[in-house]
Amino acid sequence: MTTTVTSPAPSAPQDLKNPNRGLKTRTPGEGRMAAMLLSPTLLVLALVIVYPLISAIHQSLFSAESGLDADGFVTEGEAFVGLANYADLFVGESGRRFLNAFGNTTFFTVTTVLLETVLGLCLALAMNRAFRGRAFLRASILVPWAVPTAVSGLLWRWIFQSDGIANSLLGSEILWTAEGTASKLAVIIAEVWKTAPFIGLLVLAGMQIIPEEVYEAAKIDGAGWWRQLGSITLPLVKPTLLVAVLFRMLDALRMFDLPFVLIGPGKESVETLSMLAWDESNQLRYGSASAFAVVLFLYVAVVAVVFVKVLGADVTGAKKLGSKKRKATRSQKAEATR
Amino acid sequence: MRQRRRTWQTLLTTTAFVTAAAVSLTACGGSAQEPKAAANAAAAFEGKGPINYVSSRDASGAAQKSIDEWNAAHPDQKVTFIELPDSADQQRQQLIQNAQIKSDTFSVLNLDVVWNSEFAANKWVLPLPEDAIPTADMIPATVNAAKYRDTLYGAPYYTDGALFYYRTDLLRAAGVAAPPKTWDEMKAACEKVLALPEAKGMSCYAGQFDKNEGLTVNFSEAVASAGGSIVDAEGKPTVNTAEARQGLSQLVDGFKDGLFPSDAITYLEEQGRRAFQDGKVVFLRNWPFLYSSLSATDGSSSVAGKFNITSIPGTKGPGVSTLGGRNLAVSPFTQNKATALEFIRFFTSQEQAQKRLALSSRAPAYAALYEDPAVVAKRPFFPTLLESLTNAQPRPKVVQYGATTKAIQEEAYAALTGAKDTDTALKDMQAKLEEITAK
Repeated sequence: MTTTVTSPAPSAPQDLKNPNRGLKTRTPGEGRMAAMLLSPTLLVLALVIVYPLISAIHQSLFSAESGLDADGFVTEGEAFVGLANYADLFVGESGRRFLNAFGNTTFFTVTTVLLETVLGLCLALAMNRAFRGRAFLRASILVPWAVPTAVSGLLWRWIFQSDGIANSLLGSEILWTAEGTASKLAVIIAEVWKTAPFIGLLVLAGMQIIPEEVYEAAKIDGAGWWRQLGSITLPLVKPTLLVAVLFRMLDALRMFDLPFVLIGPGKESVETLSMLAWDESNQLRYGSASAFAVVLFLYVAVVAVVFVKVLGADVTGAKKLGSKKRKATRSQKAEATR
Repeated sequence: MRQRRRTWQTLLTTTAFVTAAAVSLTACGGSAQEPKAAANAAAAFEGKGPINYVSSRDASGAAQKSIDEWNAAHPDQKVTFIELPDSADQQRQQLIQNAQIKSDTFSVLNLDVVWNSEFAANKWVLPLPEDAIPTADMIPATVNAAKYRDTLYGAPYYTDGALFYYRTDLLRAAGVAAPPKTWDEMKAACEKVLALPEAKGMSCYAGQFDKNEGLTVNFSEAVASAGGSIVDAEGKPTVNTAEARQGLSQLVDGFKDGLFPSDAITYLEEQGRRAFQDGKVVFLRNWPFLYSSLSATDGSSSVAGKFNITSIPGTKGPGVSTLGGRNLAVSPFTQNKATALEFIRFFTSQEQAQKRLALSSRAPAYAALYEDPAVVAKRPFFPTLLESLTNAQPRPKVVQYGATTKAIQEEAYAALTGAKDTDTALKDMQAKLEEITAK
């Protein structure tokens, strides 16, 4: 979904600048042809995205009205309740759980993505250097990302259990898997461990396309390592980094399996929106489960759109910056050759 | 430019068409609700042919052996074993989804005892003719757990009850003659044992207190052992009673007074086993499956030969265990109901239960098998387990079991961790359960 949203962004300004480009070569039948060629894709997208989405929204407007008749059998019927399932998100016991889960989701997203970005950048910087065993380091850094989340959840559960490695290393008696701040911390640690390599690798890819001569020029100008990082590496790697961060944010907002396996279902300190939706559907309350899922979807969509707007601005900004840099380097080079 | 617009028009029309199709599909799905046909117990079991047996995994291979025997005798009514995921939640979800779409894939269902009411009330399983199952030979508690409103819906397959594991070596060293029968006796025994130099750093007791089904089990047992109940015979919640209060207080005080290890709040069955096996607790409430790993003599267990079992302690006498285990039931949506019923009768017969004992340590529903010397020689915990099962109580028999157990776990956990005091937790639990049962 994200790719379809993000991909037009870089090309859009070009089309605006040059609206007639590409049209000259088009023949009248071509547009229809394009639509026909695209229609299988659209059909598949409609089937796997539009239909479930509409179905979920439809379901979220209903509530299962179940009661027991005189013989103890469930009398079942679905009643149309309009937006009542959504209104329930903010009142009473279910409202408290929803706001708690919403807070947890946001908290985990902000903290984990922030830490991952910093750590991922450090990893990329380390991997970008030429040294012996670099290929081995790159491969080994990928391992946490390659481990399925549920498995890494079990792994960390083992580390964090009361008589586990974490407690014996720290010499503490923290109950990581019980309710409380420690369980939040446990989730953050495990999540960052798992996903920092993802950001690291994407950023590394971005770093490797930075031409070497830019650094050489900077060296000649006497720029130190920090200056190079701040003025060359970071600005040039920014577009890649932002895409990586966007991916991670969308992923973190849907976090489910790690807290579920590591801490357990029903623990309020780590319950996320996905877990709440799962729990509701497990209780056969599909209406409110759908409402949770739709709200989560909207939340993710809003974050994505806002981020893409920011990202779009930054992409062009980065481009300007890149051309400025190129000009700058050119003038620097000219200066140097003078 | 015009050309371009037309392209977009085509695209838009295509999208709109597809969306419309999707919406109409949804509408079809939504309107396909039809009133359920009334269950007709007597006439329901018709049709012979191949069926599927849907069950949790059976690592011992004993169930497959029974099925093979059936298949050899009934080549035209073959039974296929369909394995479900290990997690009970996922098993329940798959079973319910299949029932909701009225799929005829699942014929004979292996149900956890706590799902019985939910499946029966939703008519996802058929009532069984009482005379088809030899209920008179079975442990009454297991038959009771398979009933919903006095009608039998499942044939007890295997059962499970709580055992109280204790360290014989430490009790002997401390001069405690007999294992404790009540909670107070246990506390007194602990005081003596923990004074011993070899019991340094040990705690008294552990159960399962993590926010999990295990907590519902331990809470139910504490309340029932104090003479209370979670719901009464009519299914009305009764946790605002003095007995329930006493049961929960015992557990809360256990944490407060250091009777339980402080990390017992994170214990599931497995952590409790390790704590007992590593000599961290003197007493342990757990299921019978632990017995073989605790008595392993290959060096993996430091308590092999140093422990024994008895019934769990209660307030005034022996405690009341909750009942675990599984029942077999027939789906109303299968084509071959006669075969399904016949297979259940065969599979849960005493003869097959006895044969399965050779491979599996799962406790059979037949009381006679617990007294068979050949069986007891192999499974020494059986007589104690039978005692535990004889006065066992099922967990709350309610239709909305999922929501009920969740409410119990939430409030009991809040009380154990000190987030709420005992009275508030029970008051809130009562309110939540009343809301659930009122639906």
